[in-house]
Amino acid sequence: MRRLTFVFGATVSALLLAACAGGSGGGTAASTAADVGSPPAASFAPVTVTLLAHDSFAVTQKVLDAFTARTGITVKVVTGGDAGEVVNKAVLTAGNPEGDVLFGVDNTLLSRALDARLFAPYRAQALGEVRPELAALVPGYAVTPIDYGDVCVNLDDRWFAAHGVLPPQTLADLTDPKYKGLLVVENPATSSPGLAFLLATIARYGDSGYLDYWKQLRANGVQVVNGWTEAYEGAFSGGSQGGTKPIVVSYASSPPAEIVYAKDPKPTRPSTSVMSDGCFRQVEFAGVLRGTEHEQAARAVVDWMLTAAFQADVPLSMFVFPARAGTPLPEVFQKFAATPKQPLTLPPADIAKNRQRWVDDWTSAVLR
Amino acid sequence: MDVGGAALTSVLAPDPVRSETPTAVSRPLPAWLLAIVPLAFLALFFGWPVVRIIARGLSSESLQVLSRPETWRVIGFTFGQAVLSTVLTLLVGLPGAYVLNRYAFPGRRLLLAVATVPFVLPTVVVGLAFRALLPAAWVGTLGAILVAHVFFNYAVVVRVVGSLWAHIDPRYEQAARTLGGSPWRVLRTVTWPLLRPAVLAAAALVFLFTFTSFGVVLVLGGPTTVTLEVEIYQRTAQLLDLAGASALAVLQIAGLGLVLLVSASLQSRLAVGQKLRADPTETLVRPRRPGQRLLFAGVLATILVLLVAPMAALVLRSVRVDGGWGLDWWRALDSIDAGTTRYAPPLASLRVSLTYAVVAAVLAVLIGGLAAMAVAYARRGARLLDTAVMLPLGTSAVTVGFGLLITFAQAPLDLRGSWIMVPLGHTLIAVPLVLRTVLPVLRSVDPRLRQVAGSLGAGPLRAWSTVDLPLLSRALGIAAGFAFAVSLGEFGATAFLARSDAPTLPVQIVRLLGRPGAQPYGAAMALATVLMVVTAAVMLSTERLRRGHAGQM
Amino acid sequence: MTAALTVSDVTVYYGERLLLDRVGLAVQPDEVVCLLGPSGSGKSTLLQVIAGLQVPASGRIRWYDEDLTAVPTHRRGFGLVFQDPLLFPHLDVGRNVAYGLRAAGMPRTEAADRVEDLLALVDLAGCARRRAVTLSGGEAQRVALARALAPNPRLLLLDEPFGALDRELRDRLAVDVRALLHRLGTPAIHVTHDIVEAQLVGDRVVRLADLTGGGCAPV
Repeated sequence: MRRLTFVFGATVSALLLAACAGGSGGGTAASTAADVGSPPAASFAPVTVTLLAHDSFAVTQKVLDAFTARTGITVKVVTGGDAGEVVNKAVLTAGNPEGDVLFGVDNTLLSRALDARLFAPYRAQALGEVRPELAALVPGYAVTPIDYGDVCVNLDDRWFAAHGVLPPQTLADLTDPKYKGLLVVENPATSSPGLAFLLATIARYGDSGYLDYWKQLRANGVQVVNGWTEAYEGAFSGGSQGGTKPIVVSYASSPPAEIVYAKDPKPTRPSTSVMSDGCFRQVEFAGVLRGTEHEQAARAVVDWMLTAAFQADVPLSMFVFPARAGTPLPEVFQKFAATPKQPLTLPPADIAKNRQRWVDDWTSAVLR
Repeated sequence: MDVGGAALTSVLAPDPVRSETPTAVSRPLPAWLLAIVPLAFLALFFGWPVVRIIARGLSSESLQVLSRPETWRVIGFTFGQAVLSTVLTLLVGLPGAYVLNRYAFPGRRLLLAVATVPFVLPTVVVGLAFRALLPAAWVGTLGAILVAHVFFNYAVVVRVVGSLWAHIDPRYEQAARTLGGSPWRVLRTVTWPLLRPAVLAAAALVFLFTFTSFGVVLVLGGPTTVTLEVEIYQRTAQLLDLAGASALAVLQIAGLGLVLLVSASLQSRLAVGQKLRADPTETLVRPRRPGQRLLFAGVLATILVLLVAPMAALVLRSVRVDGGWGLDWWRALDSIDAGTTRYAPPLASLRVSLTYAVVAAVLAVLIGGLAAMAVAYARRGARLLDTAVMLPLGTSAVTVGFGLLITFAQAPLDLRGSWIMVPLGHTLIAVPLVLRTVLPVLRSVDPRLRQVAGSLGAGPLRAWSTVDLPLLSRALGIAAGFAFAVSLGEFGATAFLARSDAPTLPVQIVRLLGRPGAQPYGAAMALATVLMVVTAAVMLSTERLRRGHAGQM
Repeated sequence: MTAALTVSDVTVYYGERLLLDRVGLAVQPDEVVCLLGPSGSGKSTLLQVIAGLQVPASGRIRWYDEDLTAVPTHRRGFGLVFQDPLLFPHLDVGRNVAYGLRAAGMPRTEAADRVEDLLALVDLAGCARRRAVTLSGGEAQRVALARALAPNPRLLLLDEPFGALDRELRDRLAVDVRALLHRLGTPAIHVTHDIVEAQLVGDRVVRLADLTGGGCAPV
């Protein structure tokens, strides 16, 4: 079985490399077709691998220390901005990267990263354990899916109960005058969940119909703010700063987060819930940067991110779901995290091609 | 000469002695020699990276950006809010400049220091303070941004205009009054012409700062208040639309360079060679008449409401827990993210911030001091050098940050990930402030004093060190304090030059703001309070340096 | 004859120090009084109080029967010449001299004529377009004098006006000024520390020290 995987991986990688003629060029000598698929050594002479990540990246120190103890690899985590910034900085330095591994490129940024040939392809050892729909997103093994989350519309149940109003169930409901002035969304130009929600509406209503939907939302009094914090903590009635809007664009993991971040004694149930229609799937990937000097160690780090230990740590550290199937979820997630059956998605290539236009058109339609 | 105040003025008045041919005794070293280091620094760490990132982006697509109406809308908004901010700041600040520099009352110096602190406060702290103070409906509107801008730049008007005002001989006004001029007429026909250059200098600075305002607009602004800086940031860092970003960056630099040049030449045209009072404390007057008392009360109220209240609101918010009071957020500072890779103990952030600040201050004082001497002693090209040094203030932090990223990416100068990058970025912003602080002092030295020393047998260098150096050292001390405070609060460039060390305080504050739950928000307030107190302490201690300065000539 | 200007019991403090102690003075309608005193004795301050530029702790200023305590400077009609000419640097000589006339509302052309007359009076005919900074010390001081006289002040206050000039110029100007004042019939108080100058200029010389202590103003 292993032999077959090896041959398969080698063939695919060879094709990939052939396709990117002259690809890695002066990059690391280790990147030959033969060992793209080969697993790295089990342990290393002490080496430091630099992991570039966005500001939301977090892993429990113990899990990291265990990895270092096992392999001798020290992971230096360097964060600098949100996912978009990190990827863009990497694109600017493609082939001569600042670090060895990049974590945090998501499906909205994937095409851009791939077009810039940011990564040295590597088929992670545990890729077979990853949920098939996530692994299918990256046919060439340039990056490895590590986690996923859903951007959904969140509802303040307490508010709706107190006002005796039935909460909205679908995207179309949001344009109902019954919910006038109750929705707050983030600006897709500045916010990742904001962009995800915009993409959800495009996935639902298509390139030709989404602007009409948004015009209806605008007529229905939608409030737009720049970032997630202003929306959720500031404007959302279920947030911590005493907002007034009971409908907000946030994450499927926000209800359990509410419990985790509450003051003691913690409530037994969250006061917010998630609208199951209109969720947009966000997948986060990690990859070995092309041109790194520590390719083998970098691969080991990518492998580590798919290990059971890391994946089990992901929910409470980053409030997303582990990509590895079968990873046990913490209780608060099991009970209160929603997993929409049919999240909306768009092909990463489409997103890369049209994102600017969509955001600009949205801005004109909604903000001006 | 009041250093900290004469601080930011570019050309106060053409000293009559300037028309003298500089003799060998009048400067220790030729100007071009002094200019080498500052110019090299600017070229290497500013000019070249900016040119590179812009060149990388400029393409035929760039022109497309210019043809979109949205672009011009953003430019128009940026320009409009800068003009509004400038006008408002002048309106509010001129009475303050007068009262704080012409009236004598107990606590005057303290009030002056308090009025200066906002200027060096980190933009994120200010944004937070106003978020804590203003009603929720204001956040995200133009009004919030304008108020924050006035808060920041009040000190510019008070110091720049006030410093000249303090030195204007009050007997001009007295003479005009004895000639039958009513107070309003005197203000219009005598005071205003004498004050004009300083008002113009202040206006130019406020315009510059508010045009390029980034942190405030980011924290207090909303989707409808997009300025050029924010747009460049979004295009560079978010959309990676380098073509568009480059076009906008070029527009910004060109436009601001033009404004700087125009204002500098206007200032020297309008400058009036008046006899300035060397010791401003002699002109202080106790407010006795009811009109004077009313003005004093008005300015005091303005300072309390506009300047002190937001800072107080920040402190109060940091101890407000669940509708009551408590130190929960302060205690949480050390435990947030504990046990994860994100853990950033506040002491570590403080240490990092302070270290960067020291390095940046030292570098800025060295380079800025040399630049100031070069500009002061130059026969030609002084204004060009002056504008060149000021340019980093008018260039988008994103542009500079990304430029540095792609420029210093190859050996032998692969400085990425090196700890020096962040202080270098800070130095770029601090050097213009050092220049503005030191230059007026150098210009005000009577070269005849050096000539006297020369006639007594001192060579040029010795004459210089006897006459200029004592003044210069004090000015540099004050400038160092300025640079230190500015580095502590810097956010724009720092955020882009990622490091794996503990984040600086401003960066950590912004990171905390992006997290769910009430605890990170409260912790951000607490950390912002720490930053505010440290910055204020630095500024107040440089005030003590200024104290002995009056009458030093 | 009633005194034109009556100063009674003027007291001024400088910080804690008593600078002027119940000073009294009377000036007749046609006389030039020279006030002598060492530096720092408060002579200038007394002039400032008379002109209304400083508010005394106590005392009153009367012009004939009119109590001027509540009258602001620009309505008292008292001219003031300082030791420094203090010509407005942003205006030329002509506009400097015309300042008081324009403040009173005189139209520009009429003012220009009057300016010419005044400049002729101080021997500076035709200098109206000169920039203030190009004048010598003596010339500037004469322009300052012309400026102060332009609005026909009812009293002229001179605060060591020749202090910055050399001996010869000073004596010459002193004589000129006295003649001018008599010709115009303007009463004046001339402050100086130079006894020779005082005797040249003044009809009467008094020492500040003699004026303090209250009681009747010496005539």
